[in-house]
Amino acid sequence: MGKAVLFDAEICIGCRACELACKEKHGLPMFDLTKQLDALPAETTTNAGTYTKPPELSAYTFLKVGFHEGRDAIGPLTVYSMRKCMHCEHPGCAAACPVGALQKTSEGPVVYDDNKCIGCRYCMIGCPFGIPTYQWDKPVPFIRKCTFCSDWLSEGKEPACVQACAKRTGSLTLGEREEQLAKARKIITDSPDKYVNHIYGEKEAGGTSWLFISSFSLPFEKWGLPTFGSTDPVAVNVDRAMVAIPPVLIGVAAVMAGVYWVIQRREKIRQENTAKKEVTK
Amino acid sequence: MIERKRSFPIGTSILSFLAILGLVLVVIRFINGLGAVSNLSDGRPWGFWISFDLYSGVALAAGGFTMAGAVYIFNLKKYHSVVRPAVLTAFLGYTLVILALLVDIGAPWYIWHPLVYRNIHSPLFEVALAVMTYHIVLALELSPAVFERLNWHIPLRAIRAIQIPLVIAGITISVGHQSSLGTMLLMATQALHPLWYTPILPILFLSSAVAVGPAVVILESTLSTKVFGDKLELNVLSGLGKAIPYILGIYLLLKLVDLIVRGNLGLIFSAYPQNLLWLGEIVIGVVLPIILLSIPSVRQNRRGVFLGALLVVLGLMLNRFNVSMLALAIRPGYAYFPHWMEVAISAGLVAWALLVIWLAHRFLPIASDKEVAV
Ligand code: SF4
Ligand code: SF4
Repeated sequence: MGKAVLFDAEICIGCRACELACKEKHGLPMFDLTKQLDALPAETTTNAGTYTKPPELSAYTFLKVGFHEGRDAIGPLTVYSMRKCMHCEHPGCAAACPVGALQKTSEGPVVYDDNKCIGCRYCMIGCPFGIPTYQWDKPVPFIRKCTFCSDWLSEGKEPACVQACAKRTGSLTLGEREEQLAKARKIITDSPDKYVNHIYGEKEAGGTSWLFISSFSLPFEKWGLPTFGSTDPVAVNVDRAMVAIPPVLIGVAAVMAGVYWVIQRREKIRQENTAKKEVTK
Repeated sequence: MIERKRSFPIGTSILSFLAILGLVLVVIRFINGLGAVSNLSDGRPWGFWISFDLYSGVALAAGGFTMAGAVYIFNLKKYHSVVRPAVLTAFLGYTLVILALLVDIGAPWYIWHPLVYRNIHSPLFEVALAVMTYHIVLALELSPAVFERLNWHIPLRAIRAIQIPLVIAGITISVGHQSSLGTMLLMATQALHPLWYTPILPILFLSSAVAVGPAVVILESTLSTKVFGDKLELNVLSGLGKAIPYILGIYLLLKLVDLIVRGNLGLIFSAYPQNLLWLGEIVIGVVLPIILLSIPSVRQNRRGVFLGALLVVLGLMLNRFNVSMLALAIRPGYAYFPHWMEVAISAGLVAWALLVIWLAHRFLPIASDKEVAV
């Protein structure tokens, strides 16, 4: 089992340090204050129910902290959600990719290889969370999404967002997936009046390497996350169909050959018969 | 000597204009990126090119394998004269698919990558492989036309010798790959609307492609009668028309039973506005043609068959647009309507194809019924 990050939305204060640390690590546009990173215009603040920025995940934003108005025991307040690649245990994106440019590694991250990708964007269709994004503005474009900082992870360092959060609230923590699940379960059982009794990512899409827990002030439906009817991996129906293909094709070829043979033979017999008749006449 | 035939009535100048405009736009796309010529976005990563060129294009090329199968395997000699035009259209259809994909995919210089970096579990890998191999099979099936023209007897004899295996290969690959286009959409568990998302999507794709095969041939023969004057016998057209209701009937039954089994039949009434798209494709492309083409007097009439076939084709295209664009919402809140440049690039490609068909009809024995004696 690989690594997993647990996001405890209840203690997140929406400082967005994770978001900006991510942008800094990957050299993505931030805002104009950081002059060294202004090669590309930063996304503007928009009103998406509440004022928030950036508007959505894009090739220039891999992690987004969502702002929502909610209410807890004390009164109304702003509550926070997270949207990013979940690093699925059975990633739809990787199942879809015809060239295997996306791969699940044993450490946990789902990584992408610039040198293989043909740009078909089928991974964007295959991801049940709508996560992969494309560089629409580039003549030589690539798929972009959270990398789990797999380069740092393999050096034994924590991802940029987790490091940044550790210095603030510690809502994001890294650990082995099994341990993280146990930890999340304990947090929920310790404060059952506060937390929704659900670890998002434990079973979703067959399980993910990013796990979310949230308080009643912002249940998961309000995060904009999909709900899954089953705990099957996304590719389950595809796999079933793909497995059927070779025998079906062999069957089709055999039936066609058989039909051809029978019809030709019948034709030949008919011709012989008419020939015979003519002779006997 | 090549006989001078009637000049092209749609207007070679309009076609040439579209063809050149398309080329210019393709250049812009390669300099400024996909975003410059399209309305595609992270929420709607697939658009007009995929729905029109890939999904509709491959389905409409089904005339090739259905006709070749009917004539060479099932020995329905009556349809011999339509095989070659159908195979030519299929060949050009697949050429268009490949050209459009070279525009659509972000890194067309890596289009050969599926051959080396194979993910055999990906339905798109299967589709890519099938498009490549079927294109070669179609080229071989078509090659006798070229050899006949050039009077090359030895290659002609070689192709004739492997004709039946070739036809069987063509049918097998087509069955695999028409259905794989449906399998591809099975990845979209969250995104594809439940009116269309079903594990039997591959079977639905295959059966609708088989139904549209004869319809495309009817359309094509009728149009080429108008353009080139090589008139096809009415009984061939009505024969093709007669087969369509049976196949569509099976397709309709599958669709309805599937909705009932999944308990989603009610969506036909409740899932506004998607239900209108669904009803549209079913009424236009399935119910009306079944009724029309079941009436002998309609079938016996050139205009009647043409109308029936046209409805089948339009309904099928609507179906393919529905599953790959209109009812496929990758991220909620994102809208998509094709940019005029997307449409113009596809139109440019079609214009090139029409110009090639026109040239082929002038220079190659496409419409000829007779096989040159070898
Ligand atoms: S969330 Fe989407 S992009 Fe990330 S690993 Fe899962 S399927 Fe792939
Ligand atoms: S766009 Fe690239 S990474 Fe995504 S499925 Fe296609 S080849 Fe794979």
